Amino acid sequence: MSALVAVKNLTRIFDVSKPWLNRLLEGKPKAFLHAVSDVSFEIEERSVYALVGESGSGKSTIGKMVVRLLAPSDGVIEIEGVDLFREPDHDRVEKIRTDIQMVFQDPYASLNPRWRVRDIIAEPVTARGGKADGLAERLLEQVGLAASDASKYPHEFSGGQRQRICVARALASEPKLIVCDEPTSALDVSVQAQVLNLMSDLKEEFGLTYLFISHDLTVVEHMADRIGVLYLGRLVEEAPRDALFESPKHPYTQMLFAAAPKLDGFGREVAPPKGEIPDPINPPTGCAYHPRCPFAIDRCTQERPEMRQLGQNRVACHVAE
Amino acid sequence: MAKSVLSVRDLVVEIPTRHAVLRPVDKVSFDIAAGEILGVVGESGAGKSMTGNAVIGLLDRPAHIASGEIWLNGQRVDNLRRDQIRSVRGKEIGMVFQDPLTSLNPLLPIGEQLTETILEHLPVSKQEAEDRAVAALEEVGIPAAAARINSYPHEFSGGMRQRVVIALALCAEPSLVIADEPTTALDVSVQAQIIALLKQLCRERGTAVMLVTHDMGVIAEAVDRVAVMYAGRLAELGPVREVLTRPAHPYTRGLMASTPLASKGHTRLNQIPGAMPPLARLPKGCAFHPRCPEVQDKCLSDPGPTLSGCGGRAACWFATEEVA
Repeated sequence: MSALVAVKNLTRIFDVSKPWLNRLLEGKPKAFLHAVSDVSFEIEERSVYALVGESGSGKSTIGKMVVRLLAPSDGVIEIEGVDLFREPDHDRVEKIRTDIQMVFQDPYASLNPRWRVRDIIAEPVTARGGKADGLAERLLEQVGLAASDASKYPHEFSGGQRQRICVARALASEPKLIVCDEPTSALDVSVQAQVLNLMSDLKEEFGLTYLFISHDLTVVEHMADRIGVLYLGRLVEEAPRDALFESPKHPYTQMLFAAAPKLDGFGREVAPPKGEIPDPINPPTGCAYHPRCPFAIDRCTQERPEMRQLGQNRVACHVAE
Repeated sequence: MAKSVLSVRDLVVEIPTRHAVLRPVDKVSFDIAAGEILGVVGESGAGKSMTGNAVIGLLDRPAHIASGEIWLNGQRVDNLRRDQIRSVRGKEIGMVFQDPLTSLNPLLPIGEQLTETILEHLPVSKQEAEDRAVAALEEVGIPAAAARINSYPHEFSGGMRQRVVIALALCAEPSLVIADEPTTALDVSVQAQIIALLKQLCRERGTAVMLVTHDMGVIAEAVDRVAVMYAGRLAELGPVREVLTRPAHPYTRGLMASTPLASKGHTRLNQIPGAMPPLARLPKGCAFHPRCPEVQDKCLSDPGPTLSGCGGRAACWFATEEVA
């Protein structure tokens, strides 16, 4: 197996300064938010790579950069060996871009309410001048809807059905990689199961690769082959699914697993985690997790830990063993 | 069983529309005892929030209570006049909503919002009310409460804001708190903090809590008993361990089977076919029958037994306690 996606030292900084006049009057410096800093990982072909983390951890920003909706401030994203942002050959980049599609979180906001489903699904093909006769009908049946639904409008469908339409649209250009940003967070449990099953089936059928972004550990555990845990824009731990869930090494991962509600945790009393996610504009020095970490030592407050291999896991922690 | 703080009997909420009368809550009965947490779980549109709003008298017109009774500490509250319900709401029943940002006034410091509520409901002086406000904030775990009393809601993080809302709900010392998806907008680690806080306050003060959520994990960890709702009706009601490990209603069984669980690994999820029908197009008979794997002729015409507050586990003709 080879890596379909290689992300190296990816960094994205947002300028969140106030307008210049405010800065001048209030004497404030420019402010920068490091949404993603120095993240590296690889996604094997035909596997599911999941990014988990709480809000503000940078998981969606990474997803947007992989589909080229955002440009990185630094670092490289290679898809099939082609640098998505520095490749000089325009045609090669265009070719790669048809191989990447995205499914968004909110199926109510990501379908144009004035378009018929047929046009929505065919757009990835027609936008590049392709012919899409009967394509929408075929894809609708593949995602478990009826071919006759093609002439309907999005409002005629329920949330789960809309997400199926989004998946059908993502499949239209015959992609290799689909970035799914919280694809089931807006859905009810029973409908979520339908969509997750559909995505697993399609992966087998078309040999797809997923970059799966979610905050829901149970969903991630169900779907992913390999998991990256993000905290405040940095990858803190990365491991194959079983290794991660059996022996999480990073204190943050351990806290996350302990805090997640368990279906069989009747009357479970957990010591609730300390503190909250710090301000990303002024993150703590050293390891960003050290103010909440029960194992923090002096070194954690000064020196940012590098990723190191620990068994099957890659961990960014001074203390983990 | 301890004396019930809240008893709901055959509650029916109706919304008249041009085409038909919709019933978002249909003959729902349950009790909550002092110090007990009742979980209400269901998919969106199942009527769980509508039930909570009916109890606290916050139904928006044209929705109204068509029949049934709501008793709070032995007093009937469903037929009170608007000015009478005001003295119950806030004083006897506290409410915690999903989004802490929209349930606080952004233009007032939190201290002012707390003292306003305390003065409205308790016979105390202004100074005393302010002291109580600080104490309430300390109780919900806000550090340096006395200093932060003059802060505005936007100066707090999401989790801290939800703590303020909980302080607000509890400051008049109500006997019942309705928490409507209190942790849905929060991150996992903060959710764990808020759930722990709710459990602790409930235990210490003996407050009855109605916890509305769609998260089965939260239900398992936080509540004593759970009510499962489907299309406006109670599908199942029982002790949480019983309901989650040996669900009696086919809907609960489907719901549990479709929840991804660590122990199941990469296997396919069990899925309930279809989706919950909209209220305007409820099927005849049992509302779950088009999706039910165990449907029989009787289910097509007869809606099944109604759960009363005390007897019966599941509103299904063929409910089984034992599950393979």
